[in-house]
Amino acid sequence: MLQTIFDGKTNIEMKPIGDSSICVQFGTEINPEIHRKVKGLVDHLDKKSFQGFIECVPAFTSVTVFYHPLLVHHSYKKDVNPVEKNISPYKIVCAILKEILMNLEEMKEAKQRIVEIPVCYGGEFGPDLEAVAEYHHLSTSEVVDIHSKGEYLVYMIGFAPGFPYLGGMSEEIATPRRHSPRLSIPEGTVGIAGMQTGVYPISTPGGWQLIGRTPLELFCPNENPPTLLQSGDIVKFVPISLEEYQAYKEKTI
Amino acid sequence: MSIKVIRPGLLASMQDLGRYGFQKYGVIISGAMDSASLRIANLLVGNEEGEVAIEVTLMGTSLLFEEDLLISITGGDLSPVIDGEAVPQWRPVYIKKGSVLQFKACKSGSRSYVAVSGGFAIPEVMNSKSTYLRGGIGGYEGRALQTGDTLHSNHLPQKINSLFQHLKSKCQSRLFIATAWYVNPVHFTKTIQDSMIRVIRGAEFDRFTQSSQSQFFDQNFQITPKSDRMGYRMSGPLLELEESFELLSEAVSHGTIQVPQDGNPIILLADRQTTGGYPRIAHVATVDLPIIAQLKPGENIRFKEITLEEAEQLYLKEEQRMEELKVSILFKIEKESPL
Repeated sequence: MLQTIFDGKTNIEMKPIGDSSICVQFGTEINPEIHRKVKGLVDHLDKKSFQGFIECVPAFTSVTVFYHPLLVHHSYKKDVNPVEKNISPYKIVCAILKEILMNLEEMKEAKQRIVEIPVCYGGEFGPDLEAVAEYHHLSTSEVVDIHSKGEYLVYMIGFAPGFPYLGGMSEEIATPRRHSPRLSIPEGTVGIAGMQTGVYPISTPGGWQLIGRTPLELFCPNENPPTLLQSGDIVKFVPISLEEYQAYKEKTI
Repeated sequence: MSIKVIRPGLLASMQDLGRYGFQKYGVIISGAMDSASLRIANLLVGNEEGEVAIEVTLMGTSLLFEEDLLISITGGDLSPVIDGEAVPQWRPVYIKKGSVLQFKACKSGSRSYVAVSGGFAIPEVMNSKSTYLRGGIGGYEGRALQTGDTLHSNHLPQKINSLFQHLKSKCQSRLFIATAWYVNPVHFTKTIQDSMIRVIRGAEFDRFTQSSQSQFFDQNFQITPKSDRMGYRMSGPLLELEESFELLSEAVSHGTIQVPQDGNPIILLADRQTTGGYPRIAHVATVDLPIIAQLKPGENIRFKEITLEEAEQLYLKEEQRMEELKVSILFKIEKESPL
């Protein structure tokens, strides 16, 4: 069932995820080069899809393509009775994707969106900032410096609407998860877990070390797209004071 | 035209066929757990098959009809009654203003769908009227139904008008009246007794131990009480990996069976997260998802392996049958003498 194709540079694997989606795997490592291939396929499918295509979901090293087997079948041959003729929608979609992948233009150094996220670090918004600093024998302002100095690539959005899986956090502040998770973390909270950092778009339980909070809304259901961040964006955290945080909240800035 | 919620029961929410196209933003699909029953409920009252309906769970839901309405109830048999009299399912039912429809007890299955002719007047959020409970959007104010909520319905579709008038004239002093014709649910609601759940191998199937692979197909699993619209957690033989490994999060689908470190498999359902990172041992064939949706905690489940091609053919056959059903329901609604 697994299909492997060679696009001239690397092997790309395709495998079924149930009977109506296919996962296209570009590699096994998290790195910006594989991310560019993921983004290339997603951008292509968003611009030029095929009959029966529903949506695609980018991840660190893969793109999962969801399709409607009946419509895919119809696209193949409208006059053929699907039950009489043994035609596999999976194989049809594989062939379509193969064609796309072989001809996918090398992603040019695409202009990446840079999204600045203002963060009020520490205090009641970042109850674990001191613990993170102690863990690394740093001062809290050094932790804030390191965290806000970085440029983070949004590899994928998942777990919750608008929740970014970011790459590029400095090892200097990587901190293990808390021993016992909190029952509720307010929306907008910025946290660290191991080498990961991110922002909780909606209130949820979680075990991350909480270092600050942003006044921005990461999930806006009435807008299109409904999230502040998208796969491929670059995120920069900008430290702000409590007064600035409140001004943002009251939309005076 | 409206329906008032007197009691929501265990859980009642508005669901259509789901919110597609936004998974890349982390927005879950939601939608009816048993999409086949939802589609048929809508077809029976002259709606488009993907209209939003009330998904009633297990028991206790009670609805007051504030106008004369034409509805249908499909899915599990949760003993719907009006004034103590059983309301037949899988057919159009005319209900008189002032009647109270109550779901008393769970006889078979666990979810019923109540569709109203014309559909419910509910705004779309991101192309869907489904309730995304955790995200607080869609459906009725982004939440489960509560006592006192009023659900408005749209105008009757033209094609259902003569059936509506006909039933109305026959109803006389009764509180409701149903057509004699109905959809035989046997074709669309198999129970666990007559069929095992058919699955295809998951991406990481080969990385489980030999004995876990065979236990997965040879032994029963029980659905635990920690199950909901997001997923069913199962208990049974503990499934072990040959050696543990880290999997990067990637997209999961409706029916993916993933196995966390504790070895107890979870079937991901309508409210699943968009991405997951646990090894996937199998995927439920799309045709069997409505069967899963009707199972309750405490019930046993058995998995049977089929090939991807078999799953696809079953699916295409089912869709063909749905197409035929659509035509015959339309014929009954428009052409045949309704009673």
